[in-house]
Amino acid sequence: MATIKLEIVTAEQQIFSDEVDSILAPGIDGELGILPHHAPLMTMLQPGELVIRKGGEESDFAVTGGFLEVLPDKVIILADACERSDAIDTARAEAAMKRAEEQLKATGPGLPEDHARAEASLRRALARLKVASKARRKQQRPPLNQQQQQS
Amino acid sequence: MISTRILRRRIRSVQSTAKITRAMEMIATAKMKRAQEQAVCGRPYSDKISQLITDLAAIQGTGNVLHPLMMQRDVKKIAVIHITSDKGLCGGLNSNVNRLTGTFILSQQIPVTLVAIGKKGRDFMMRARRDVKAEFTKLGDHPKLFDILPISRIVMDDYSAGRVDKVYIAYSKFVSTMTQQPVMEQLLPAEIKASENKEKISDYIFEPNSDFVLGELIPRYVDTKIYHAILESIASEQSARMVAMRNATDNAQDVLQELTLVLNKARQEAITNELLDINGGLAVLQ
Repeated sequence: MATIKLEIVTAEQQIFSDEVDSILAPGIDGELGILPHHAPLMTMLQPGELVIRKGGEESDFAVTGGFLEVLPDKVIILADACERSDAIDTARAEAAMKRAEEQLKATGPGLPEDHARAEASLRRALARLKVASKARRKQQRPPLNQQQQQS
Repeated sequence: MISTRILRRRIRSVQSTAKITRAMEMIATAKMKRAQEQAVCGRPYSDKISQLITDLAAIQGTGNVLHPLMMQRDVKKIAVIHITSDKGLCGGLNSNVNRLTGTFILSQQIPVTLVAIGKKGRDFMMRARRDVKAEFTKLGDHPKLFDILPISRIVMDDYSAGRVDKVYIAYSKFVSTMTQQPVMEQLLPAEIKASENKEKISDYIFEPNSDFVLGELIPRYVDTKIYHAILESIASEQSARMVAMRNATDNAQDVLQELTLVLNKARQEAITNELLDINGGLAVLQ
């Protein structure tokens, strides 16, 4: 089966670089599935979950926004911040969520910029929490793929 | 003749200075490794972003309205982001950057405002009574991209509002452990180099559209450029300090050797004198 090279980089470090089977990314206009031989594409990402499949195994990442570029030979994700599901600091994300919620309540219509910023940070926190909780559920249960393969 | 007591005291003081400089050298070595790594790790991202902007600007063509941060204007006011370290004891590193920015300011006919990052540069510019518009200190040894966002925000706001018409960034580029070079680069308006692969990118799909993507890319380009300059400065600072402290330790050893020699001579002399006294006393008694 054809594979595609994926690179995830943030301003601070390179997070991932490997051949993968498919990528599921949170594009700004909706979820985006990328298989090998995808047409060249350039899109913004929104805070959400990034799923990478490789040989029947899935890895989840939380991204908080950035860019995705599909080139003929590889896919590059320039993430603002990106963490593997097991590296997410849940406590910090929860604290960020609470803070953002409070800010949302506190900022009235008079401060549209602050409101937007609070909303954006809330979305980032929620994306992290979602990916983290999914990873926990997966640990408790045997991987879905194996069950399917057996049946 | 200097008394041996004073000599001993001086030797002890030089010894403890050497201990401190050696410890500082080792700390700087450890920090330098991490700072260098961090500077290298960020490189793929900033390379990629500059390349994307180049490609995008090329397909946008000249007819289109450029992004506000790329617009060239008549230069009436200049801003310089002046990056130095918070701490001293790192050789000529900070003075080199200070001199570079200083000569630049003096050579300009138009007013120059400053955004000072790092205590040393801020103090220098305040002493010289320059217009320091904003200052950022205590960024630490491993700043995150998040920490520097306020800096780029100030600069971008000023530029879009037309308060400044050109922005430069001055920092010490990390060339190698032994060499750090003070450099000054243009940050805004974002310069576009000629793109080679215009064909390649022209049949891209853009979501939502290329203008929007470019508009989002440019602020990030500015962020990373500043972030990267700060990382380079930190790597430079640590390696400069390491070299400076190694020299200081070596010098202290030299001084110690000389002092020990003088002390030994003084001690021998004192013993000889004492012996002479005793002999003299004996001779008188006999």
